[in-house]
Amino acid sequence: MTNTKDILETIRMIEDENLDIRTITMGLSLLDCADADIDVSCRKIYEKMTRKAERLVPVGEEIERTYGIPIINKRISVTPIALLAAVSGGDPVKYAKTLEKVSRTVGVNFIGGFSALVHKGFAAGDRELIAAIPEALAVTEHVCSSVNVGSTKAGINMDAVKLMGEAVKKAAELTKDRNCIGPAKLVVFCNAPEDNPFMAGAFHGIGEPDCVIHVGVSGPGVVRSALTKYPDANLSEIADVIKKTAFKITRMGQLVGTVASEKLGVPFGIVDLSLAPTPAVGDSVAHILEEMGLEICGTHGTTAALALLNDAVKKGGVMASSHVGGLSGAFIPVSEDAGMIHAARTGDLTIEKLEAMTAVCSVGLDMIIIPGETSPATISAIIADEAAIGMVNSKTTAVRVIPAIGKQIGEELEFGGLLGSGPIMPLHNDKSSQKFIDRGGRIPAPMQSLKN
Amino acid sequence: MKAIVTVVGYDTVGILAKVSAVCAENNANIIDVTQSVLKDIFTMVMLIDISDLTDDFAALQQALFTLGDKIGMKIHVMHEDIFNSMHHI
Repeated sequence: MTNTKDILETIRMIEDENLDIRTITMGLSLLDCADADIDVSCRKIYEKMTRKAERLVPVGEEIERTYGIPIINKRISVTPIALLAAVSGGDPVKYAKTLEKVSRTVGVNFIGGFSALVHKGFAAGDRELIAAIPEALAVTEHVCSSVNVGSTKAGINMDAVKLMGEAVKKAAELTKDRNCIGPAKLVVFCNAPEDNPFMAGAFHGIGEPDCVIHVGVSGPGVVRSALTKYPDANLSEIADVIKKTAFKITRMGQLVGTVASEKLGVPFGIVDLSLAPTPAVGDSVAHILEEMGLEICGTHGTTAALALLNDAVKKGGVMASSHVGGLSGAFIPVSEDAGMIHAARTGDLTIEKLEAMTAVCSVGLDMIIIPGETSPATISAIIADEAAIGMVNSKTTAVRVIPAIGKQIGEELEFGGLLGSGPIMPLHNDKSSQKFIDRGGRIPAPMQSLKN
Repeated sequence: MKAIVTVVGYDTVGILAKVSAVCAENNANIIDVTQSVLKDIFTMVMLIDISDLTDDFAALQQALFTLGDKIGMKIHVMHEDIFNSMHHI
């Protein structure tokens, strides 16, 4: 029998330290649903998704009970809808409404994939889809959207960056009565992964099989708690502790993914070993950094501490799983992390520091609430900066900012649930980036040698 | 198929007997038991065979949770695989 200490450690992780499986995400290809008639296409999508995902939620709940491990979200990611819009034409919002109907029928929390991949340019359906994003996010609750505007191999599509700045702003305006929730469901990527199970950026890449199960694990609370036992350890030892903890967390994800794939009769894809914080006390990535010795997240040293954390999580996780993928690493979504919300309120965590942190974390500028008066060009410029960091460093970066329409610095937005709440963070709003964004064109792909 | 039952709380008379009785009612065979009492805190870990349960696993879990509430102990019942996967390579 496994020894008592290990058994009690597992139970403590789940009970006291918020260890959970953050999501089981079913990736589903909709390519075979494409039809020249958009209504036929939508009907095929509804039929395929409700058939394939019928048992996703009950199976998830059964695994929760059997293993005593909470599985917070059950979700679906689908083929970028722009590909279907390319075949059918018509108003892409119809697709968003179909996905919403599916989510209500099968009971999943979110469906991701109202997406377009435009890093090198626009194909049929792409511009139409991007134009439809604000309305699609306003008329649905469970549909998430993402657009990939850049990649290390293709460079950055600045025409798309301009459109996305406008889309983010408009999505906020259309949902201003609901705490501007629209852009909280919209991610603008550079180097987007095709197998990411986490929302809002999940979509089912075209290199993926027809149907697949991905698992996203979490556990910032567990890592922090492990570190509290080593108050005087040096950073080599800290990295080791994080690796060991990440290993255990990922093993659990691997088990859940394997069991879910067996029960659903669907191949197992990847484990995304991310430290995904929640607003709950004790489930914060910022608190891990502070446990390492920073007075507050955002002060000098934060980037280095985050780099250590992100790398150690990956090193610990890769051996624990047969296939690792997605965004794997540490997330830094401001409004979803109790420690970051606090640091943003006190002014210690600024957007400039967050931008630096995104060069070493697993994603990017995430869940940052910005002043409502921010111009679309400024939002585009933020996206361009972030995409440049991802492009040059060959990593995924993303922007998910929420313009708080009608609100000023000092006020807060409250989204509720896992999306959390947070203060409006100041930007360089009085200095324009308009001319730069208006130029359009593409930023060429960077050199992959002569690295200095 | 095996599961692990853990019972944690203040030590009183008859905890082992009550937990064992619920296992027996559900036809779960007890394979191994370890228990300790440290500063009045009782901790018991029990390995049970759940291959031939009279009802399903959820029913056994519910019965043990109900017992836990009744006697003021924290009882968990989890499939053995989760511990094996986390703590063994």
